[in-house]
Amino acid sequence: MTAEAKALPSKSYLEDGYTLSSWFFSTDHKRIAILYFVSITLFFFVGGAAATLIRLELLSPTGLFLSNDAYNRLFTIHGVVMVWFFLIPSIPNTFGNFLIPIMIGAKDLAFPKLNLASWWIFVLAGCFVIAALLIGGVDTGWTFYAPFSTMFSNGYVVPAVIGVFIAGFSTILTGLNFIVTIHKLRAPGMTWFRLPLFVWAIYATSLVMVLATPVLATTLMLIFAERVLGLGFFDPKLGGDPVLYQHLFWFYSHPAVYIMVLPAMAVMSELMSAFCKRRVFGYKVVAYSSLAIAGLGFLVWGHHMFVAGESVYAGLVFSLLSFSIAVPSAIKVFNWTATMRKGYVSLDAPMLFALGFIGLFVIGGLSGLFVAATGLDVHLTRTYFVIAHFHFIMVGGTVSCYFGALHFWWPKMTGRMYPEMLGRGTALMIFFGFILTFMPQFILGWLGMPRRYHLYPPEFQVLNVLSSAGASILAVAYTLPLIYLGWSLFYGKRAGANPWGAAGLEWLIPSPPPRENFETVPVVTWEAYPYPLKPQPVERKETP
Amino acid sequence: MSDALPAVHEQYQVATQQLAADRLGLWVFLASEAMLFGAVFFSLAVYHYIHPAAMHAATDQLDLSMGAVGTAVLLSSSTTMALAVKAAGEGRRWETLVALIGTVVLGLAFEAIKVHDWFDEFGKGLYPPAGPPFPLPQPAARLFFHLYFVSTGLHAVHLAVGILLVAGLVIMQVSGRLTLPERMVTVEMVGLYWQFVDIVWIFLYPTLYLVSR
Amino acid sequence: MPNRMTLVAVWLVLLALLGISTWVALLRLGSWHAALNLIFAVASAGAVVWFDMHLRKGSGTLKLFAGGTVIFLFIMFGFGLADWLTR
Repeated sequence: MTAEAKALPSKSYLEDGYTLSSWFFSTDHKRIAILYFVSITLFFFVGGAAATLIRLELLSPTGLFLSNDAYNRLFTIHGVVMVWFFLIPSIPNTFGNFLIPIMIGAKDLAFPKLNLASWWIFVLAGCFVIAALLIGGVDTGWTFYAPFSTMFSNGYVVPAVIGVFIAGFSTILTGLNFIVTIHKLRAPGMTWFRLPLFVWAIYATSLVMVLATPVLATTLMLIFAERVLGLGFFDPKLGGDPVLYQHLFWFYSHPAVYIMVLPAMAVMSELMSAFCKRRVFGYKVVAYSSLAIAGLGFLVWGHHMFVAGESVYAGLVFSLLSFSIAVPSAIKVFNWTATMRKGYVSLDAPMLFALGFIGLFVIGGLSGLFVAATGLDVHLTRTYFVIAHFHFIMVGGTVSCYFGALHFWWPKMTGRMYPEMLGRGTALMIFFGFILTFMPQFILGWLGMPRRYHLYPPEFQVLNVLSSAGASILAVAYTLPLIYLGWSLFYGKRAGANPWGAAGLEWLIPSPPPRENFETVPVVTWEAYPYPLKPQPVERKETP
Repeated sequence: MSDALPAVHEQYQVATQQLAADRLGLWVFLASEAMLFGAVFFSLAVYHYIHPAAMHAATDQLDLSMGAVGTAVLLSSSTTMALAVKAAGEGRRWETLVALIGTVVLGLAFEAIKVHDWFDEFGKGLYPPAGPPFPLPQPAARLFFHLYFVSTGLHAVHLAVGILLVAGLVIMQVSGRLTLPERMVTVEMVGLYWQFVDIVWIFLYPTLYLVSR
Repeated sequence: MPNRMTLVAVWLVLLALLGISTWVALLRLGSWHAALNLIFAVASAGAVVWFDMHLRKGSGTLKLFAGGTVIFLFIMFGFGLADWLTR
């Protein structure tokens, strides 16, 4: 530590205070990013434990150890925790928080106190959800569909709903902070089209956060009012329409899918350019396609209700629009792939995660076209096909990129390198373990196995066992980084300012960065991704 | 509300940058709030459309004159708030203070009208989950009142927050901690929020009291 | 920043719109007065946003966000109601 401190112009953010309160009440965006990182890692393993139990239970057609009711509670807590307490905050609140100010050449976010407040709000929300889990759980599924959640469920719907409601405000405040920061705090010379594509995609995500999340808040408030105050809105006896609930819920939750996947796309652009040493192919198109995905994401929510009683004509329109969202997504994938052409591709662990993302995201995206077709969806909806589809996007896509980002920026965040070989091994294990887990689920869904049941016909057992076998690989692969990254914190090789030889303002400052990020506000005179790095203002260090 | 003087925070380079960021932040927040209320209005629109007769019967139960007076009060408060922001920008302390106090009074008047309405309606059995029996035969009329109480309640809570914020400005002003025009942005932010809450009512009033009449 | 007379004029217009809107509703024109009520509400809200919240003098970014919010509300209402209108 002392040797490092001597070399640095000023103390790193990690050395800026060692007390607990210097962390819990820090307004430094980098420290808040670490706070988020620790808390969502905790939630990741809570949700992961639930997933492990689900896969264990499904080993046998008659179920292994759970009652119907316990199984319902298990998949609900898996969904609620993974969606709202891991996936949505995952990349934006850790890497976004850490990197956005640095990437645009600012000293902090626009509203640092608000940033800290949003972490505390997140923790409060987490307490409610964990409490709901501990006192008995919720059996509604993560979607809290009315009228079941409002009139019939005997689970602890209210604390869970309050938890998610509060978590929404953390999301909104973070999105707001990012939007204002990106608009108003860019360094001199950092024009919109000089921004790294990471920033563009997080900006698009933030717009979705700010505009969609409040609708979820209202929806959950209506559940609360119906369950607690008896003010029914979706009660069919009164002429209420449960499909209205689904409209409100998916008006938020479909865009929320893009809150989860756009940040992964943000990371992809950085990884592909850094490990191909090339400017991302078609920079502007990739930037605009982020905004297009965010915008189109608001026009497709009805495809969750094709069989729920929605009008056929509305279904038709929603179906068509859902197909159109494949266009900007495909543009991105093609552009990342084209970035590799004539590039100096190096297959370090983050790059392996990125390549894994491309494979899994393409499968997930293409299977999305299947379920977007109204006719086919009648057969596939509420089967394991849908489960496999969205896990390919959210787990195959987003979680792969989350780990890619973690490995890529680990040296920047901690000043230490992780063990490269273990990183590569983990990337491969996650990719193949994932395929083994979820490919069989496509087939199961195609054959008609419905989701949310723990009993199934014996002929489905082979595929279910394969899926559980894959899940056990994933369990190991997701736990490994916890161990070796933890080890590297103390014993990892010291990383220089720019261990990857990558472009971007974050690599021009020391690792770990000083409290104020930049000694003086940088003046940007170059485009994004100026590969090959000509002026070499950076210290190049060989990757191990 | 920040307790610091209008000094520029370290992440900003100049005061105008900080001002622009504060303004944009508040508008983005209001965008978010608009979507929150938008979902309430959407639910109301759907039920107005699928149960026109029941909504008509339910609307007739509301006291239109009280609704209209309340709306006039809120519209006036929007103007006093705008006058307060204007005066604050010009550093006219007394004028700001009078306009802010006027705004608080008008806001409290609206809340008083609303609370009176609620008691009145409760007495007539229009609060479906409790109180005297619900007077209307149509089941969907209950839906209307469920939404009525949630939407007016949500609005009243927002307005109460606004009243507290403006009252806070009055206290800061009297105790001399609100230096004007330097801290005009604080008044402006509170004003934007206040006027947004008024706009919500501008739409709630016709949606609840007029459209299905 | 608009001057005081503008703000007072806007206030009078708002009160006038409120009066007309309420009067129209009492005529019981069915869906016609519903349409008029909503138009008057949009006009009043527009006046508050434009003058009282002085969006008129706001930056382009602010106008973009204000207008964008309206568009997203239209999306919610348009696509959402389309379901019930075509059932």
